[in-house]
Amino acid sequence: MPRLTATKRHAMRFRLNGHPVEGHAEPRMQLADFLRHELGATGTHVGCEHGICGACTVSVDGMLTRACLTLAVQVDGCDVRTVEGLAPEPGRLSVLQAAFRRHHGLQCGFCTPGILMSLDRYLQTNPNPTENQIRELLSGHLCRCTGYTPIIRAALEAAAVLASPTQQEDHVHV
Amino acid sequence: MKPALFDYVRAETLDEALAVLAAEGSDARVIAGGQSLMAMLNMRLARPKVLIDIMRIDDLDRIDEERGRIVVGAGVRQAKLLAWDNLAAKLPLVALALPWTGHEQTRSRGTVCGSVAHADPSAEMPLCLIALDGQVHLRSARRRRLVAAAEYVTGMMSTTRQDDEMIEAVSFPVRDGNGYSFREVARRHGDFAITACAAIASADGIRLAVAGVADKPETRDWPDLAGSALDDALNAFAYELDARDDIHATARYRRDLVRQIGRDVIMEARRCRA
Ligand code: FES
Ligand code: FES
Repeated sequence: MPRLTATKRHAMRFRLNGHPVEGHAEPRMQLADFLRHELGATGTHVGCEHGICGACTVSVDGMLTRACLTLAVQVDGCDVRTVEGLAPEPGRLSVLQAAFRRHHGLQCGFCTPGILMSLDRYLQTNPNPTENQIRELLSGHLCRCTGYTPIIRAALEAAAVLASPTQQEDHVHV
Repeated sequence: MKPALFDYVRAETLDEALAVLAAEGSDARVIAGGQSLMAMLNMRLARPKVLIDIMRIDDLDRIDEERGRIVVGAGVRQAKLLAWDNLAAKLPLVALALPWTGHEQTRSRGTVCGSVAHADPSAEMPLCLIALDGQVHLRSARRRRLVAAAEYVTGMMSTTRQDDEMIEAVSFPVRDGNGYSFREVARRHGDFAITACAAIASADGIRLAVAGVADKPETRDWPDLAGSALDDALNAFAYELDARDDIHATARYRRDLVRQIGRDVIMEARRCRA
């Protein structure tokens, strides 16, 4: 049973968007800070640091996860996905991201990484969501700019595009 | 904010976790899904010297049916219970209340037992456990003990758990032909309830359980009251809960919610009674 002492920085490894990464963390370090400061993956944003705003939402082993309510040491060996992993290749947006751009689903963009991660995950398991389901999912996020309406529109359009038979199958993410 | 310093222990067996708890007592805290405790750590409202992570103990991640009770282990995440095929048939009240417990993004990690351990006065899982006469299964290196949920929670975030104990599981009695109903009012779906009401209609009468008003969930049992007798009982209960004004709502508004939602859930539970 490993006991990691408080004042030391401990080596940890996990997969980030499919690639192995490693770094060092004190036990008290939040996953959000590890991603941003230790790995330089600043796509994940930090708003409230107590689970309310949803800006820091990532996926850990397929579970939506508040990176501010998770310790870096807890994800040792896990599969972590963040907003940086959504676009299929440089210069090309995912279906969901493109729908956000079309519908002005973001303004300042602070909340966007978390919302994209929630929707990406949700649409993978619920390909035909109702507007109410999208609204309920978004209750786990705060956006101070858009008034949510364009976000909901973008999400529903992305779901429709993904469900259409012409959609190519090569997207890892929605 | 950032947590204060603590050691981190990843327990691989229950015995390991209990040994650390026995050695460190009140300096140690168990972390499961972390959806309540991490916020407390970040705000430094909790400052343990050791954190014991129990989520890699496979034995705790179990939902079992034993002698008419559904036993939910300390590693069972809320999303897992919500997705359990038998939930609506065996524990209809929990099936109604769980979608109100946090958000999709927190249920994915938060555990049912963790919510009970945290004992927030407006949380849905302690409310359901108390309303259903559930039990808390406590475990320490010394002993096991079962505590009725209503006795387990003693007030706002305070419980009868001893320093060397942890919740190993909670258990709910299986449905028995009663009717159930649940409703709550919150600022935003998934936030803590301003007032949450659960009703159970059985052959003998009705039970109403209310969270978010007193410093812990409270219940009342009545015969099958109707009309003004029910109004009077609800009104008396609303006052007995001793609501306070706070930033979310006034005491008067909360009393109103108890009277109105209380009545609604009682009516609905009666309609669902077998
Ligand atoms: S920063 Fe994590 S939920 Fe706000
Ligand atoms: S786009 Fe600014 S907070 Fe959402």
